[in-house]
Amino acid sequence: MIKNILNLGDAALYCDFGSDVNQEINSNVIKYFYHIKKLNLKGITNLTPSYNKLIISYDLNIHSFLSLKKKIENIEIKENNKLEKNLIEIPVCCDNNFALDIKRVENKLKLKSEIILEKFFSKNYFCYMTGFVAGMPFLGDLNQEMRLKRLETPRVKVPKGSVGITEQFCNIYTFETPGGWNILGNTPQNIFDTSNQSNPNLVNPGDTIKFCRITLDQYNEIKR
Amino acid sequence: MKSKDRNYFKILRAGINTTYQDLGRNNLYHIGIPFSGAMDKRNFQLLNSLLQNDYNSPVIEFAYQGPHLKYFGKDIYFCISGNVSFKIITKEGVIDGNSYQCYLLKNDDEIDIRSTNKSVYGYFSINGTFGVDYYWGSCSINTQAQIGPNNGNKFSKDLEIEIIDINNSFNKRKLDYLGSTIENIRVIKGTNYDYFSETSQNKFFKESFKITKLSDRMGMRLEGPKIENIFDPNIKSEGLVKGVIQITSAGDPIIMLSDHGTIGGYPKIATVISADYDRLVQLTPGSNIKFKDVSLEDAETLYKLYQMETNNLISQIK
Repeated sequence: MIKNILNLGDAALYCDFGSDVNQEINSNVIKYFYHIKKLNLKGITNLTPSYNKLIISYDLNIHSFLSLKKKIENIEIKENNKLEKNLIEIPVCCDNNFALDIKRVENKLKLKSEIILEKFFSKNYFCYMTGFVAGMPFLGDLNQEMRLKRLETPRVKVPKGSVGITEQFCNIYTFETPGGWNILGNTPQNIFDTSNQSNPNLVNPGDTIKFCRITLDQYNEIKR
Repeated sequence: MKSKDRNYFKILRAGINTTYQDLGRNNLYHIGIPFSGAMDKRNFQLLNSLLQNDYNSPVIEFAYQGPHLKYFGKDIYFCISGNVSFKIITKEGVIDGNSYQCYLLKNDDEIDIRSTNKSVYGYFSINGTFGVDYYWGSCSINTQAQIGPNNGNKFSKDLEIEIIDINNSFNKRKLDYLGSTIENIRVIKGTNYDYFSETSQNKFFKESFKITKLSDRMGMRLEGPKIENIFDPNIKSEGLVKGVIQITSAGDPIIMLSDHGTIGGYPKIATVISADYDRLVQLTPGSNIKFKDVSLEDAETLYKLYQMETNNLISQIK
């Protein structure tokens, strides 16, 4: 399933699974990720799965590129190895104060806001990867008619909990950070829990997300 | 704890970016948490060796201007590593301290860490252990994700730094070391090297780049000749590692440092070799750097040599 293994600098393997972004390729990345994680190999310092790549960082005192590459190439993963998938419901409020870019999305997609939100909430989304900042899930895929580019000028601060879309993807801002996604709403739910050290992420690669629309009152109720 | 039994520092001035650091946290990239840890690992290692502490003991890292600390408690020793100017203020008077040398500290004494001179990071610790909380096995503060002791924030004025353990069998030691600097940063070509025009590839290795003020523990932004992308200014977001040099859509290089975002979508032109990382992070904004291309095999050997050099320095401590 790995097409090619290159080096990323002198202390990481760059495992290439292809150039397309789809759930089949990504599921292979995730299978390798969980499999290698379970092996608990000495000297592996990080595993970073993304849409179609897996980066394996290692301790240069323990491995060299060629020896670790051989080890990874010899790993056999059965095609029918099923991924563990959770279905997670996440409440989202699309009150005007939260839907920061709804006007822009209306203009770009040439759809009314109610139609946009109806389409957005009518679908489940697959988690391709988490990261950039702690716990941020990259979800997909949006229907064709819902796809638009990111903001021309990114916001300096996107509020924590913001739910945004760009191209075929949506995400949730787990922290207040700079960002350029089109914001449709906000979730009162904590997506990343620093105090839960064994499992801080609410959403993990391979999970399925169902967004549920809530009112401002319900939002405030959950926040309380 | 009764206050007379306490041993602690009070922060009179916090400095610019003062945090606890150790070797950092592993195996969390997949949830978006970077390594963090001391930026300059050699100076971190030398400091703990000088103080006869455990190799992964927490230290206080500071940048540019360090903290001004006042000590309360029984006699301890402290030491500072890096290229640092500092003063020790006691009842007998004020003296200038030297890095890589241990000093006795009594109740009411003060340490004023003035400057990291022509470098960025310095390290401070004692013959003992600071009272810190651990998050995912590390006390490193990552201010961007607000992870670590002190609620993941950098130190502020009036904060009190507890000492929970003092090593009484300590003997005072020192190291004659002036630090090492670097002009050429050695790199390995990146996975998207072909995205850039031949002219730009040549410029990347022939011309020099200036480190801008937009540099911190997350990354180092450079300015110089624009690097022209002839293929695609974006890639599908994928994992990053420290030392990766990405080229932004504007054509400027950014080097990922210890607190970097774990994934990114800019093409990677090159990656700084592990042997040069400690010295790279010590270069101040305004400095010029040149990149030099090396092979993977050479990088692996250069890292081994760098580690031998560090171990050699540790063996010279007396």
